[in-house]
Amino acid sequence: MFLWFHKLGSPPHFYRIAGKWIPWLSWIFLMLLLAGLYGGLIEAPPDYQQGESYRIIFVHVPAAWMSLFIYVVMAFCGAVIIVWRMKLAEVVLISSAPIGASFTFLALVTGSLWGKPMWGTYWVWDARLTSELILLFLYLGIIGLHNAIEDKRVASRAVAILALVGVVNIPIIHYSVEWWHSLHQGATVTKFDKPSIHWSMLIPLLLMALAFQVYYVLALFQKCRVELLQRERNSKWVEEL
Amino acid sequence: MGGYAVFVWPSYALTALVLWLNWYLPRKQHEKALRQLKRRRKVDKK
Amino acid sequence: MTPARKKRLGLIMLMVCGVALGVGLALKSLDQNIMFFFTPTEVNSGKAPANKLFRIGGMVVEGSVARPGDGLTVKFDLTDNEQSVTVRFAGILPDLFREGQGIIANGKLDGSGEFVAEEVLAKHDENYMPPELAGMHEQKDDQ
Repeated sequence: MFLWFHKLGSPPHFYRIAGKWIPWLSWIFLMLLLAGLYGGLIEAPPDYQQGESYRIIFVHVPAAWMSLFIYVVMAFCGAVIIVWRMKLAEVVLISSAPIGASFTFLALVTGSLWGKPMWGTYWVWDARLTSELILLFLYLGIIGLHNAIEDKRVASRAVAILALVGVVNIPIIHYSVEWWHSLHQGATVTKFDKPSIHWSMLIPLLLMALAFQVYYVLALFQKCRVELLQRERNSKWVEEL
Repeated sequence: MGGYAVFVWPSYALTALVLWLNWYLPRKQHEKALRQLKRRRKVDKK
Repeated sequence: MTPARKKRLGLIMLMVCGVALGVGLALKSLDQNIMFFFTPTEVNSGKAPANKLFRIGGMVVEGSVARPGDGLTVKFDLTDNEQSVTVRFAGILPDLFREGQGIIANGKLDGSGEFVAEEVLAKHDENYMPPELAGMHEQKDDQ
């Protein structure tokens, strides 16, 4: 297991493996996406209170989950960079940032499009919405900092620290709806007692969440391959491609 | 969409666009990087 | 793990804990500002700012919605299941506004203890289910 991990950490090996996985991941993603969209847009009934407008949930909630998940992955990479100085972790961290920023942006915009008809406003400064906006700025800050420093090894060390510091925002986002009065409602699926969503809506939601998860790995592998080629353009394995 | 189409469909369309961009741009960049490598190799050989 | 790595791991853990502590204290001190709204009980006990806009949140009391006078103004009671405050509002209500619904109103108190709202937002709950099923638990009027 450790050996496998160690081998995967070597750039040429990762480059090859990722290239092999990409077509498979694409197919799995498409299947999950189609199943999720069919379940969410066609099979699932309208909501008892929100009617058809709640269907935004099938993109909003998975995007919001991914925005948190990807940040945690990046913070983990940050720790690996500082402690073990692993090259691949640097590549994964910086390649994840634009994907995470995209999901955060989507969570904010789809949430606002859902908020207008239901709450009566596109935006309010409540704890949940504000902390998610801060998450977007953290992602953009990481991308900006990485671009600003010429030496990529130094840049990686700097963004690793920023990613680690920013991780305190993640529990704040999750618990914001419990710690403070907010306009955003509480958690539906990740409650300790059983989720308060009907299974006919929960299944497409989970399918979409899984699809987004696969999409993240897929997009990450593609970005990592580009980043690896650029960083290692003078090394022997790239010459031999 | 029960009168909510103007909110629901843009959400889906925007999601599709952003996901597509994150898939398509790295693909283009990868092709470009490989092309540059090839060109460099040719120059080196001469 | 080599001693150097152990040291670095210790350092970043210390750093993250330090930042978490700092942010935690900052949020604690800002607690009232982060609270998006006050409850009717808090308002009645004078915790809400006077002569300043603030938000009040609660459930619309069943049977309390009335349209006195011109028909543009809506009047209803807002409760947190302990105390209630009467809210007056002239404007467009969100789709989700109905009796028994959680809402948040932005406005200020007038002299008589009534809340004059400039904006009313609906707060929806975290439950999602088909209409037929909801009908079994409670009578729901539309959709």
